[in-house]
Amino acid sequence: MIFVRELNETLHRLLETDERVVILGEDIADPYGGAFKVTRGLTSKFPDRVLTTPVSEAGIVGVAAGLAMSGYRPIVEIMFGDFVTLTFDQVVNHISKYSAMYDGKVTCPVIIRTPSGGHRGYGPTHSQSLEKHFLGVPHLTVVAASPYHDPDAILSALLRQDEPALYVEHKLLYPEHVVRPSGSRIGDAIGREESTDGWLPSVVLSQVPAEDCTVTVLAYGYSALLAAQALEELAVEEEVFGELVVPSQIAPMDWGPVEASVKRTGSLLTLEEGTADWSWGTEAAAEIGRRGFSRLRRPVQVVASQPTVIPSSRDLERKVLVGSDTMKEAIREAAA
Amino acid sequence: MVRLSAAPDVDAVEADPRLVGLPDEPRDQRFYRRMRFIRDFEETLLALFEEGLLNGTTHACIGQEADCVGVIEHLRAGDHIFSNHRCHGHYLAWSGDARGLLAEIMGKPEGVVGGIGGSQHICAPGFKSNGILGGTVPAAAGIALGLKLSGADGISVVFVGDGAFGEGVVYETLNMASLWELPLLVVVENNAWSQSTPLAVNFAGDMAKRFEAFGIPTTRLESTDVLEIDSEAERQIGLVRESRTPRAFIIDTYRLCHHSKSDDNRPADEIAARWPLEPLTVHSARLDTAARERIDGEVGAALTEIVDEARALA
Repeated sequence: MIFVRELNETLHRLLETDERVVILGEDIADPYGGAFKVTRGLTSKFPDRVLTTPVSEAGIVGVAAGLAMSGYRPIVEIMFGDFVTLTFDQVVNHISKYSAMYDGKVTCPVIIRTPSGGHRGYGPTHSQSLEKHFLGVPHLTVVAASPYHDPDAILSALLRQDEPALYVEHKLLYPEHVVRPSGSRIGDAIGREESTDGWLPSVVLSQVPAEDCTVTVLAYGYSALLAAQALEELAVEEEVFGELVVPSQIAPMDWGPVEASVKRTGSLLTLEEGTADWSWGTEAAAEIGRRGFSRLRRPVQVVASQPTVIPSSRDLERKVLVGSDTMKEAIREAAA
Repeated sequence: MVRLSAAPDVDAVEADPRLVGLPDEPRDQRFYRRMRFIRDFEETLLALFEEGLLNGTTHACIGQEADCVGVIEHLRAGDHIFSNHRCHGHYLAWSGDARGLLAEIMGKPEGVVGGIGGSQHICAPGFKSNGILGGTVPAAAGIALGLKLSGADGISVVFVGDGAFGEGVVYETLNMASLWELPLLVVVENNAWSQSTPLAVNFAGDMAKRFEAFGIPTTRLESTDVLEIDSEAERQIGLVRESRTPRAFIIDTYRLCHHSKSDDNRPADEIAARWPLEPLTVHSARLDTAARERIDGEVGAALTEIVDEARALA
């Protein structure tokens, strides 16, 4: 089933089975059902607990804070990931702080979901991957949807935790099928899920056995899908082999699976669609450099999009966002 | 539908009756006592700052005690208060917990929130405060939405000052509170100065109309008289309880102290002109001297004990 359908069914199921769940978002009411149709059918079935809201991102996330501190489990849809900036004060100075600054007397488990990312020609303000600005906010979990993680399992896990979370859904994942690990395979690749207690799982996959891989590629979200395709082509066409690590939780980060893979491959390449510099990948470089310096045969390579606006023009957008060609070139280099 | 897990329990703290009211005390004396308590607490804090015992900063509510006492008189277990940076009076009127608040501001583990929150970030049953101006208003609306969804009969009250009207999220929330018919009372303590800036420099148009534009009925009262405020607050709170819809109650008052500490550049004659109108002066005229002195002595003694205890904490 494609991701958008799975996500929609997950939200239906959560509303049915957990009466604490309340969903807020702009234009989520039927028959429209949300800008990307993730919320289709929800207002018809749960009119009291699914509220279509005014265009007030800070306000609705703030309302969710009050609900969460009252024992509810609000899930807020921010229509485009670009608009999460409008929620920043509520997330940083309110939601993520309440439990800690009130000495654990309350919890504020708000979940914010947002469709993000580019490659669709939506231009500078509707294409961004702004989650890097939320990485490292204390007491905030940042999660990225991926082609390999079951959205029901992820959202269920987030509903079990007491801390707030930002769940980033790359728009280009919506029409993709979610491929679950099965035995020692993930789709056509060798792969498995690795989970550490207290962390959301990562998946690790490769075209050939791990001991034959000479680079670890760390990627999340839609970049993980592009990376998997690039690695498949490189394996078939050039016999360049890499092991792909795809975390669902990107902050705080379970470095265990990355560290373990780097010990096997001796090289790390990070890929992300967000802008280059001060990024998820630079943090990974620092952390893996610290943990596994002696295991690395070359410096960690961090690949991200150009630090500029995302153009609307298809050709120009391709030059700014990390795409398959850039990835392949970087993988070749890091695998050498 | 679920009941609120954080059901407020105002009785959680054992308050000293010398601070919050003796059994069967006449109302005039009770109000005087409760305002005296808040005033003395704030003055004690300022003295402790001078002594170097407190860390950080504090925002005293000297001159605004009648708002705290008059409004909170009509709130009860099951209601929720969201306050702001100037929250001591609200918290003390709600809980009477001088010991917990003082220990908190002194940074002690025995403080209400273990010394983490300090002066502006308090959380207790039915009460929260946050120092980010206006950002508390949507959370208060969310609490009201929770009350509505759970079918509880409580109401949510948020205290803001005139300064918070500069924040956009306040208007986003007023819109939703009105649209969704939330049991929310916004109490505005307009103390005429936003930090160092007078209202006339910060504020265009009419304050009440800003609420009324969203269809939120608004009452404005210029008063430092606790009896007037008490009586209007009773009416406002009753209306929100009954209608389950939002209202706004603007109290035009005056802050007699600095904004936080050592940051008062207001005209001295303006402040001097307000002292004869301050709530304790206005209300104490209703008490005979003996009663007033007795209460002053009782409040003073109770606070002295609390300060001594707090000083002795590790």
